[in-house]
Amino acid sequence: MIKFVLMVNRQGQTRLSRYYHPVELSRRAALEADVVRCCLSRKKDQCSFVEYKDFKLVYRQYAALYIVVGITDSENELSIYELVHNFVEVLDKYFSRVVSLNRVKNSWIQCQGVCRSLKHLK
Amino acid sequence: MPAPIRLRELIRTIRTARTQAEEREMIQKECAAIRSSFREEDNTYRCRNVAKLLYMHMLGYPAHFGQLECLKLIASQKFTDKRIGYLGAMLLLDERQDVHLLMTNCIKNDLNHSTQYVQGLALCTLGCMGSSEMCRDLAGEVEKLLKTSNSYLRKKVTLCAVHVIRKVPELMEMFLPATKNLLSEKNHGVLHTSVVLLTEMCERSPDMLAHFRKLVPQLVRILKNLIMSGYSPEHDVSGISDPFLQVRILRLLRILGKGDDDSSEAMNDILAQVATNTETSKNVGNAILYETVLTIMDIKSESGLRVLAINILGRFLLNNDKNIRYVALTSLLKTVQTDHNAVQRHRSTIVDCLKDLDVSIKRRAMELSFALVNGNNIRGMMKELLYFLDSCDPEFKADCASGVFLAAEKYAPSKRWHIDTIMRVLTTAGSYVRDDSVPNLIQLITNSVEMHAYTVQRLYKALLDDISQQPLVQVASWCIGEYGDLLVSGQCEEEEPIQVTEDEVLDVLEGLLVSNLSTPVTRGYALTAIMKLSTRFTSVNRIKKVVSIYGSSIDVELQQRAVEYNALFKKYDHMRNGFHLSLLMIINFRFFVVLSSFKMVQVCLSCLCVVPILQANDLLDLLGGNDVVPVIQNTVSTKPASAGGELLDLLGDLSLSGIPPMTAYNKNGLKIDFTFERANPNPNIAVITIHASNSTEADMTDFVFQAAVPKTFQLQLLSPSSNVVPALNQGTVTQVIRVLNPQKQQLRMRIKLTYTHKGSAVQDLAEVNNFPPQSWQ
Repeated sequence: MIKFVLMVNRQGQTRLSRYYHPVELSRRAALEADVVRCCLSRKKDQCSFVEYKDFKLVYRQYAALYIVVGITDSENELSIYELVHNFVEVLDKYFSRVVSLNRVKNSWIQCQGVCRSLKHLK
Repeated sequence: MPAPIRLRELIRTIRTARTQAEEREMIQKECAAIRSSFREEDNTYRCRNVAKLLYMHMLGYPAHFGQLECLKLIASQKFTDKRIGYLGAMLLLDERQDVHLLMTNCIKNDLNHSTQYVQGLALCTLGCMGSSEMCRDLAGEVEKLLKTSNSYLRKKVTLCAVHVIRKVPELMEMFLPATKNLLSEKNHGVLHTSVVLLTEMCERSPDMLAHFRKLVPQLVRILKNLIMSGYSPEHDVSGISDPFLQVRILRLLRILGKGDDDSSEAMNDILAQVATNTETSKNVGNAILYETVLTIMDIKSESGLRVLAINILGRFLLNNDKNIRYVALTSLLKTVQTDHNAVQRHRSTIVDCLKDLDVSIKRRAMELSFALVNGNNIRGMMKELLYFLDSCDPEFKADCASGVFLAAEKYAPSKRWHIDTIMRVLTTAGSYVRDDSVPNLIQLITNSVEMHAYTVQRLYKALLDDISQQPLVQVASWCIGEYGDLLVSGQCEEEEPIQVTEDEVLDVLEGLLVSNLSTPVTRGYALTAIMKLSTRFTSVNRIKKVVSIYGSSIDVELQQRAVEYNALFKKYDHMRNGFHLSLLMIINFRFFVVLSSFKMVQVCLSCLCVVPILQANDLLDLLGGNDVVPVIQNTVSTKPASAGGELLDLLGDLSLSGIPPMTAYNKNGLKIDFTFERANPNPNIAVITIHASNSTEADMTDFVFQAAVPKTFQLQLLSPSSNVVPALNQGTVTQVIRVLNPQKQQLRMRIKLTYTHKGSAVQDLAEVNNFPPQSWQ
């Protein structure tokens, strides 16, 4: 099950976040900072799956943007990895150039809508 | 009031902020503007304001004042308003706010709306944040919509149903009739969500599981169509048709086939087909293969299929992609217990993974390597593992060292090899070794009598090189104290004997005492070793001098020992030789108490100090004296049962408490039960009685039970009732253990059993972790 989806830039600022489990607002900032620190410190030749507390993180880097998905233990990591790429391709087709952060932010509402579609794999 | 700025402008403005403080200021200004706009009840711009509020919420700023506005938007007739309203509800509201219940009526109306998009919005919201009350109210509507033929709606409804079932499991029955023709849909979206719904139902209720088993042929057919069908642009992902649906179906098949022979058989073909036909050049194919392997492992598949699955995992291990290697190692770890031989074939690849750069892969490879060690491959594997121990990160060293010790104990081909391996571990990862391994090692060395000379020589050489690794130093100083005469006399069969004089040995030991690197425990060991050498060496005066210096040491423990040793020198010089023997005997005694590394030596010492009071000839009395007053920090080992009984009296009567007994060990016909009592007046002491029984046809003779506990506990082992466990449960051997637990920590114990059964010696180690909480609270 997917617990959350985050889009973070290199400086650690959250560009998009969607939680599928209720998490307190105050805890969110700490969680995001921690997760991002975990992923940003990994090198290129390390694998994309990290064990964090009691769930797993699957992250993928696209230029300056990191997409991190938190999943439970029972989920197939490779399939989520593929899903992230699929998500990015959809955004790419829709907004033509995902790397351009401006576009992502300006059509933020549409992004949230696409996130809704991730419920399929919740 | 000018029109509020659009969301785009807001985002652009915030992006220009260079510091956190600047951003906060901008946001606060905008929040104030939004608040006043809300107060004015402005319908036209409400949508825009809420959108901005949601964005600020996502950045982490509080936005709770927008909750009611979301509700107003939901109630509006315009689609754009509704869209933002529902999005806001999903992000800002959840069942902890009472406000959310006001939405119920709106959602109900929207579920029956004429436009499918509005219905879709309502379903999404309900499926995302619906509380149990809302779900109960609206379940009827949801169930009605499940029968719709509109595929856009149907997939949303199904997902909503999944959420309802999660929140209110009792309503599952209600959705059962609607699931009849869920799988006959052509639309992949609906198919996917239907499989999710079925999976959720099967996971929650075994009855549902049994009911849905009949769907297995249909699922197999759908999967087959997916694989066999040609290119379909709608569902294609890197050349594979709808891999996400394939993975979902495989997962559902796994749940349905688990434990059921018929279903498993129906699936065998399709699983083999998927495993062989899927293209593995891209990650997509590998994801499907991974799911297939997991399914094959879980259901009752035939052995050919299982071997195929393990071979797939083996292929994964050779893949360049890190992710795939990691996934393969994780799965192999899960299957190594059941399919041991098949996994053994890939041993060399697994061992290569130890050298990988990625931390997660290294850890998995290490765990898997330990699981694969057996009598045949122990030498080769140990070489690799020791090499790994040399080069790995500190976080691995402790686990690796413990693993090496365990493996060496189980499968050591020869004593010399065993001791060499231990020495290697001590010299490379000495400071990471666990505390309780030092007494274990000492006992091991004691038992291998023929290796004493070799061992002490090697340890001495290691000491000359490096005195910073405490466990190594402790073991070495103990050995030198015990076998110093062998060292000096230069007898060694295994290796080239080195020429060492008594003074050199004493130099080394004194160096330990003085060095800054030595911990107090190590100093204790060194001092005792020096003392022991007084009976073995001739240069007694030097030893006397050293010992008397430490009589005024700041460290209380050291001082106590030195004073006691001094006393031995001054008053009981004639008995010192007797101690030589007695020390050896105590350690080789059957009724050996394994305490923390520090206390062990002290036990022997405090026993010895009793000697002046008793007759030195009677060694038995030495240990069982009534005059011994048991101070809690110096527990005394007792030998004869009678003396033990008096000792118990000294500590007060025992009162039975209602702690349930437990089985600590049950293997090869030997069963060991623990029963518990509390000792009065000290509630920190738990008294455990072990009952060993033997269900095989032959007696177990020379039965020895030993136990070790973590450092914060203290353990006292009284004498057993006998050392023969009669066959066929004709009788039991009982032995009393007293555990002092002043810090009330969770009790754990490691036990070692040795006995002779049908002519062969058997030895086993086990960890006992399942103590009932009342025994240590």
